[in-house]
Amino acid sequence: MNQRKMGDLLPRLIPILAVLLALLVGAVMLALLGTNPWEAYRALFIGAFGSTNALADTIVKATPLLFVGLGICIAFRGGVLNIGGEGQLVTGAIAATAVALAVPTWPGWIIVLMSLSAGMLAGAIWGGIAGLLKAHLNVNEILSTIMLNYIAVFGMNYLLRGPMMDPLQIKLGSFTPQTARLPRSVDLPRLIPTRLHLGAAIAVVLAFAVYVLLWRTTIGFRIRTVGKNLRAALAAGINTKRYMVLSLLLAGAFAGLGGAVEVLGLHHRMFTDGSAFGFTGSAGFNGIVAALFGQLHPIGTIPAAFLLGALLTGANKMQRVMQVPSALIGALSGLIVLLVVGSEIFHRRQIRRADKRNSELEDAVDAKEDS
Amino acid sequence: MSTSIIEQVQVKELVARGIVKQFPGVLASDHVNFDVHSGEIHTLLGENGAGKSTLMKILYGMYRPDAGEVLINGTPVRFHSPLDAIRQGIGMVHQHFMLVPTFTVAENVALGLPSSRRVVLDLDIVSRRIEELAKTYGLHVDPQAKVWQLSVGEQQRVEILKVLYRGASLLILDEPTAVLTPQEVEEFSETLRRMINEGHAIVFISHKLHEVLALSDRITVLRNGRVVDTVLAADATKEGLARLMVGREVILQVEHPEVTYGDVRLAVHGLSANGDSGLPALRGVDLEVRASEILGLAGVSGNGQKELAEVIAGMRSSTSGQVFFDGTDVTGSLPGKLLDHGLSYIPEERMVDGTVRDFSVEENLILKDHHRQPYAHGVFMDFTKIASESDRLIEAFDIRTPSRHTPLKSLSGGNIQKLILARELSRNPSVLVAAQPTRGLDVSATEYVHRRLIEQRSAGTATLLISEDLDEILNLADRIAVIYEGRIMGIVERGNVDVEQIGLMMAGVSEQTTK
Repeated sequence: MNQRKMGDLLPRLIPILAVLLALLVGAVMLALLGTNPWEAYRALFIGAFGSTNALADTIVKATPLLFVGLGICIAFRGGVLNIGGEGQLVTGAIAATAVALAVPTWPGWIIVLMSLSAGMLAGAIWGGIAGLLKAHLNVNEILSTIMLNYIAVFGMNYLLRGPMMDPLQIKLGSFTPQTARLPRSVDLPRLIPTRLHLGAAIAVVLAFAVYVLLWRTTIGFRIRTVGKNLRAALAAGINTKRYMVLSLLLAGAFAGLGGAVEVLGLHHRMFTDGSAFGFTGSAGFNGIVAALFGQLHPIGTIPAAFLLGALLTGANKMQRVMQVPSALIGALSGLIVLLVVGSEIFHRRQIRRADKRNSELEDAVDAKEDS
Repeated sequence: MSTSIIEQVQVKELVARGIVKQFPGVLASDHVNFDVHSGEIHTLLGENGAGKSTLMKILYGMYRPDAGEVLINGTPVRFHSPLDAIRQGIGMVHQHFMLVPTFTVAENVALGLPSSRRVVLDLDIVSRRIEELAKTYGLHVDPQAKVWQLSVGEQQRVEILKVLYRGASLLILDEPTAVLTPQEVEEFSETLRRMINEGHAIVFISHKLHEVLALSDRITVLRNGRVVDTVLAADATKEGLARLMVGREVILQVEHPEVTYGDVRLAVHGLSANGDSGLPALRGVDLEVRASEILGLAGVSGNGQKELAEVIAGMRSSTSGQVFFDGTDVTGSLPGKLLDHGLSYIPEERMVDGTVRDFSVEENLILKDHHRQPYAHGVFMDFTKIASESDRLIEAFDIRTPSRHTPLKSLSGGNIQKLILARELSRNPSVLVAAQPTRGLDVSATEYVHRRLIEQRSAGTATLLISEDLDEILNLADRIAVIYEGRIMGIVERGNVDVEQIGLMMAGVSEQTTK
């Protein structure tokens, strides 16, 4: 009985063990750099959780991770690997910005709704393109979503340096590649007097909606069937191509909405440093980690995104306090990704090995049942 | 045996005494005694899970027994790997062939053995030796032919040649007749006779009772890891063996009640399709199945059966010809539309096309009707109804599972097939395509599936039964069509079946010529 409990618990603990292991390796790296790892991690912890502001920043950082992660839950459950979170965040943000700037005088809540919808739609199209390419032309979605990331970034750079550039920047002659500030009427309300905005609450509510979609509706049932066994899904009468497209489309929609929320809730304008990172902070990739960390379960993705958000926020603080090179932070989050994804693969292989053992035993077990 | 590559002893007698093999929670071999001597065919008979394969793997050095001993010619031996067993003169022909298709017969035989010319190949010597062996045992095959050009029966001969070439004097044959036509089985049994006349010992594993009776000298029946009895084949009957295997009376031949056939439900006209390799697998197939009729499609594996089932089920596109359900042309329709037309499909590849291994029993049961009443209202699924219906089906079809939430992958093959039957038959199909519905199932599960198929026939379903087990087709079918290289060689009525003639058609001789 005890053994069984351990068996159930262990897979859930694996991601946490992976993080601890990453922190351990990180401690060695810090020590090699002549920094006291204990002090450094203390700074990280305080930076992430030490004050109301720190905690709020952590949640703000976690919000786009959760949006992207929810989409990843759907996509990966549907058997499609969406690596296009970055591009989908960017297209969603641009669409949301464009809509809000186009009708600045309309009532705020109408613009907010239109703007969020536009972001969602743009992301859905961006993801849907990869879906259509995969379903009808058999184009690998990993390649197509990565390519679409580049297209989104170059599109963003063009728009922000050209048609969408802030008229003020042009007048001043500074030509900073960013749009005008959105009308204040579209700012998402703050939850508490910090940077924490309504977006986080929207994401959490949507996590429950994704749970219902995946496990309580026929649409989710079909997405999961297609993801687990394409041929059985086809034989069961499911239009597999349609659901492949739908999985990527929904993944894009959530990321796109995440991008729109970043604009309306946090930045209030769109800007670029020439890469996607300037705007997204790699949320499109870290969202994948959050989803895997959360075992591809939308509810599990909530704490996973929160923890990753804490790590990112705390790491910033650590960098400032301890004067460690910023590359170390990148290395640390890279390590976590590697170990979390690695442990996931390790775990799956163990399951497969156990399956194999079971099937060898199956004969014998059968005999036992019959006797 | 001077040409044998590895120094071996001639196995005069192999005795296994008190073999025990324990797996976690299960005793797979429970003090098993077994012996075989030169000049004899000793058959291991038993249901899935009876411990046949465990014993076989112990004899071939793949498992080590927890207790008991194996003696060869009176000397105890310990095998650490199959290589040790091979050195002792034991050879095994696996159910699934292990040949390199692009290599010649001689190359396949020589594979893994040292050349007599060190780094230079000695394929000419190998070929000569193969021809000698072939002549001695009636295993005719051209040493220069590439394996992919050979028929399944010829490939099996290569597998046996491989073992003989390595000087084996004790051969373990795992279900060797499963892939052969009746005529090939004849030739095969002739080869076995020659081998025992040459002083070989043979351990034969099969569950086809009439072959076991025809081929063996002695038969050992296993059940639940224990030896139930060892009998002389001359004294045994089919019914008696089945009773020993299962532990109760078994109806080997299901009753075939009179029915009145209805209209044509499934019709296939001039159907052609390509196989996975892109080469034609079906070349103009014409078939019609009426309501309350089972049309059996006999044929050796790989003659287009799989492709035919897949085209009718909407899983593969055809290159020409049409498929009609109740007179409606449904050629090229997706499976979803065919399901609405009342198609049920029991696929050959259960775990690939029939089920989702990571899903629960319940989810697999509703796979095809998850979006219909009573399982769903609109897009929302009704889990109360799904639970009660699942429990009803589990009960009605005797699916042995701890609960409806159990993942499918932890069920046994027989129970997975029962689950598929439950799902497909409870839809009350108008047309049923059943491909290899009892492959890999034991006697009791097979009996169950047969009974259900006959019940469905009485209920008016038009069934296309595709099977490589000719006995199954002879038992169940109202008419028998024989397929060879993607063509229908002829159709025979149940009343006037001549097994000889069906065997010839399975080997590619057309109906006209055989009459």
